[in-house]
Amino acid sequence: MHAAPGLPTLAPDRCLMLPAGVLDRLMPMYLHLSGDGTILAHGPTLGKIFGPERLTGHRFLDLFDVRSPAGMGSTADLFARQGQRLHLCLRGRTDVGLRGLALADAAAGLVLNLSFGIGLVDAVRQHALTDADFAPTDLAVEMLYLVEAKHAVLEEFQRLNRALQGAKVAAEEQALTDTLTGLRNRRALDAALAAACAGRRAFALMHLDLDYFKAVNDSLGHAAGDHVLRHVARVLTREMRAGDTVARVGGDEFVILLAGVTDPDHLSQVAERIIAGLSQPIAYEGEVCRIGASVGMTLSTTYPSCEAEQMSQDADHALYAAKRAGRARAVVFSAHD
Amino acid sequence: MHGLINRALENVLRQRHGAAQWRRIAARAGLPFESFEPLSTYDVALTEAVIAAACRELERPRDSILEDVGTALISLPAGERLRRLLRFGGVTFHDFLYSLEDLPARARLALPDLVLPGLRLTDLEDGEFRLKTDVPFAGAGCILMGLLRAMADDYGALVLLDMTTTEDCTAGGCPAGVCATGVCATGGCTEEITILLLDAAHAEGRPFDLAAGVAGGGR
Repeated sequence: MHAAPGLPTLAPDRCLMLPAGVLDRLMPMYLHLSGDGTILAHGPTLGKIFGPERLTGHRFLDLFDVRSPAGMGSTADLFARQGQRLHLCLRGRTDVGLRGLALADAAAGLVLNLSFGIGLVDAVRQHALTDADFAPTDLAVEMLYLVEAKHAVLEEFQRLNRALQGAKVAAEEQALTDTLTGLRNRRALDAALAAACAGRRAFALMHLDLDYFKAVNDSLGHAAGDHVLRHVARVLTREMRAGDTVARVGGDEFVILLAGVTDPDHLSQVAERIIAGLSQPIAYEGEVCRIGASVGMTLSTTYPSCEAEQMSQDADHALYAAKRAGRARAVVFSAHD
Repeated sequence: MHGLINRALENVLRQRHGAAQWRRIAARAGLPFESFEPLSTYDVALTEAVIAAACRELERPRDSILEDVGTALISLPAGERLRRLLRFGGVTFHDFLYSLEDLPARARLALPDLVLPGLRLTDLEDGEFRLKTDVPFAGAGCILMGLLRAMADDYGALVLLDMTTTEDCTAGGCPAGVCATGVCATGGCTEEITILLLDAAHAEGRPFDLAAGVAGGGR
């Protein structure tokens, strides 16, 4: 007897006599080895995997590679380490992993039971196994069920995720708000401008560009830049009345639509106040950010009929004139300039 | 009611009767959306509204529509997934019947929030079985009956199915209020199907390959 320490050696009268075929049903992946490691008998599922005549009479260690415990090079090792959990694979086929347990029989042989472990799904597919190839007590089929159910649920989640992603993109396309500053975005501005043109009420258009903003971004980083942009949004909003629209239309470009404004002097005063407000130093995490603003403006009352496109171009012209004039300026567009 | 069940109902109505007919049913039921989301949960009243609307739009009795739904769940091409998951229940139709009691637990393994009604199988021997279920809405047993019919075909088994109880249970607190084919037990509505398994191997049945349904295995 090669019984491992701690495993009881059964007296012959305590041995269970099983008719041939019982092990086939109970453990369809069993192997019965002789004392010299030759396969004497095997379960039907192993027979199906290896093909007929490929198992019986062959040496176990010629067909299987025991990967753990380490150092299982001989049949004697198998006997010596019986009762330990074995990790093995088909010799030359490291992709087909098996686990198993080997215990001595009552006649100097060894009984090994094998299972696929986590490689079950691949094994079932490769060898076209069916329910009948597993013992009724084996949860293999339940595992296959779970794998398949998991796939189905995952697919459904992926579909839902794609749908939500699509909805998010659509929502973003329809959004009217600049997410960083909370101001209106280009889309909202275009709509407000079109509505203002369609209405009878006069209005003014103000294009505002930050000065030295790039320097803040470059020296103190994007977080500082974002902080400055939010600060700008607060200053601009402070100067506005209900009915006005403040939009961020580019990195550091803003457009303000002031409803009911007809007086260029009044418009300039508003612009001066904004420029003065934005020229104040802005604190950011112990640092001081300094920016300024240039403003170009135009009034709807100076056009025979309202054309949003033209007014935008003219406000831009005025803005560039302000920049050329040395920044921190506010210029009202005039057709004579 | 789990979105998966509502969506299955929707898919069957859509595929059997066309997208236009489904839109009419959805409109009549007052659904605030075009389609059920399988991973959401909905008020059971919405399910009831869809069934009632389908009865009126299709001008067919509730039981017949619901039984149709049960059959279509398996037999339509889109039902392949459910068919496979159910086939894991057993090698033969007999095994499959016995696996039905595990069905709610199996469903929970896949989706923990999917609550299926409890199923109780009584084997009366000589191929006769009785299947009782506590239905979440009236006529849900008819869906089960349609599903059993389709699965029997799938296994190649010849069966006779019958709803055995046809008492009105309006007074018994049936969730839907009307229940043409159920009998009320305390706390809900129970429907009962008698299954007569005449020949377990009547026809070839459809093949079932254990590993065909996961990635890499052809479907």
